[in-house]
Amino acid sequence: MTGNIAILGYGLSAIGPGIGVGLIFAAFINGVARQPEARGMLQPIAFLGFAIAEALAIFGLALAFVFRS
Amino acid sequence: MSIVAAVVPTDFTPPGTEDFWIPLIGEGAWAFTRASLLAVISVGLLWWWLHATTKKRALVPSKGQMTTEAVYTFVRNDIGRDLIGSKEFMRFVPFLFSLFVFILINNLFGVVPPFQNSTMGRIGFPAALTIIVFVMYHWLGIKKHGFMGYWKSLVPSGLPKPMVPMIFFLELITDLFTRPVTLALRLFGNMFAGHIMMLLFIGGGWYMLTNGGIVLPIAGGVTWIMAVVMTVFELVVEVLQAYVFTLLAALYIGGALADEH
Repeated sequence: MTGNIAILGYGLSAIGPGIGVGLIFAAFINGVARQPEARGMLQPIAFLGFAIAEALAIFGLALAFVFRS
Repeated sequence: MSIVAAVVPTDFTPPGTEDFWIPLIGEGAWAFTRASLLAVISVGLLWWWLHATTKKRALVPSKGQMTTEAVYTFVRNDIGRDLIGSKEFMRFVPFLFSLFVFILINNLFGVVPPFQNSTMGRIGFPAALTIIVFVMYHWLGIKKHGFMGYWKSLVPSGLPKPMVPMIFFLELITDLFTRPVTLALRLFGNMFAGHIMMLLFIGGGWYMLTNGGIVLPIAGGVTWIMAVVMTVFELVVEVLQAYVFTLLAALYIGGALADEH
């Protein structure tokens, strides 16, 4: 079997953000379901959290290609 | 592995980064690539679309005008007003609208037949857009709070003294490194990975259809059905990423203008 272990690194780095992004949006949906008028206030917070949580997976993807050769 | 190797021919080359480098004129760093051509076409299309739908404005809008207005209203109300705040958002709406439609149309090129290659799948394009956003929100923040005041405003007030240097350092890294890098890489990564997935499903399906015995072509057919599903999924991701990029740009601008973090 040939390939590069960096790709496995990307898979590993995607686990945490996957769970994190899921938790953030679960909380966001919960909040909106309980109080629909709070949507406008919650949305930026949810997306800011999503952007931060996703950063790790994005670094993983970039590094998977950086260390590929 | 030997059993698999006996059934599956192993000369299949999976798609990689080299599939995105399609120079049309010239070569090297200054080559005019397919992505450059698509970016030029997208600007032409945008000009035509906005010009055609707003040339004959009417109180009772035509279908075209209604679509344009719907997109504009979405950017103005759901992105601009909600994230920058109702006091100062109007002067950023043109920027946010251009950003949104430019990214959207370039992303959609990823699945629309004659183009079929997302411009944002080349890192240069998202990076250039990110540099504009990056310079803009720091400039706005410095203009609003003053040079020293802007860096001070990164740390939330009312923090215990020993915590201040650490939080400042973290916020500095976020502002100067994490934000721009993830902003560019998020858009690039999504477009790039999505395109690679489609290449893999379509290319791999074709390979299995043409190179297998009896069982593999069936798998190839299933792979092609998956390719159709992936195309629809890509469509969703493309619209979502244009939205997320614009939203985060507005969020960063709003954050720089806010009175305190």
